Amino acid sequence: MKAAILDRITAARRARQPLVLVTRLADGAQCLLDAATAAGSLSLPAVQAAEARSLLSSGRSTRLNCDEGLFARAYVPSPRLLIVGAVHIAQALAPMAASAGYEVIVIDPRGAFASPERFPGVKLTDEWPDEALTRLGLDAATALVALSHDPKLDDPALELALPSTVFYIGALGSRRTHEKRLERLRAAGLGELTGRIHSPIGIDLGGRAPAEIAVSILAELIQVRYRGEHAASGAATRA
Amino acid sequence: MNTDNDSLFETLRQWRAAGKSAALATVVSTWGSSPRPAGSHLAVDADGHFVGSVSGGCIEGAVIEAAEQVMVSGQARMLEFGVSDEQAWQVGLACGGRVQVFVEPVE
Repeated sequence: MKAAILDRITAARRARQPLVLVTRLADGAQCLLDAATAAGSLSLPAVQAAEARSLLSSGRSTRLNCDEGLFARAYVPSPRLLIVGAVHIAQALAPMAASAGYEVIVIDPRGAFASPERFPGVKLTDEWPDEALTRLGLDAATALVALSHDPKLDDPALELALPSTVFYIGALGSRRTHEKRLERLRAAGLGELTGRIHSPIGIDLGGRAPAEIAVSILAELIQVRYRGEHAASGAATRA
Repeated sequence: MNTDNDSLFETLRQWRAAGKSAALATVVSTWGSSPRPAGSHLAVDADGHFVGSVSGGCIEGAVIEAAEQVMVSGQARMLEFGVSDEQAWQVGLACGGRVQVFVEPVE
């Protein structure tokens, strides 16, 4: 692997841009492709380039279908978890999700909550949730959890997430809290989408401690990511 | 699938920036039950430090040894591990699967 290719993969991962690297296994010659460009010591025929580019969305890595031994390694953005509310459960959830491969960002305009002392090593922003979510962008590799218990923070985040392509939406709160939240979201014209919200949030593991609730939220995230909403909806949920 | 790859590439760059030789191993084919899917990476430096994984731990030692040779020769090579493999490496996968691992120098 040439230094230029290593640099480019590192930069693309920081910028959340997908790439696919094709290696000729006989001699290690490589071609790095994105949707529009191709660069490197290996020049690929159009058919193989198209096959390699088809992996940019799926993120799958595989040998290409040809006589020459060509291996395509797709690099797609890490899944991302946006947490609204720098609360106690968020303190447990952020490092757990990071170790499961998620890029985690905690959003809370209340500086006393979103402090580096409470969240060592975690990416924090003190923007209001609607500003932060608009800036960060909501895509199909992103999950949103609203944990603040404060409608001023949770509601604007949910209003942006519901019509977006995020793969998971969860909101903390008792059944009564959630009923009131649903009323507000219906009044905001989002009634048909409210079924997307996981609330009570998380798989019902029976735990009540912040770290235990964080495990149940992360477990549900992983389940929805790989099994889809249908499989997840069959599981009991926690209060 | 992307777990730990961000830090793996950052680590590779740090090793190279510090003037250390490095090699990258990648699972390119799997048959049967194998612990890590195609595309899984293991990065190794000249002192034997490594990040990532290409198996549940059963073949890492042999891959690291090959990576050290690849750093010296500058030539990429293919390794194959499996229950029926008695040629290059006397290492098997306990799960009964087979994997091919491509090891390349990082310039």
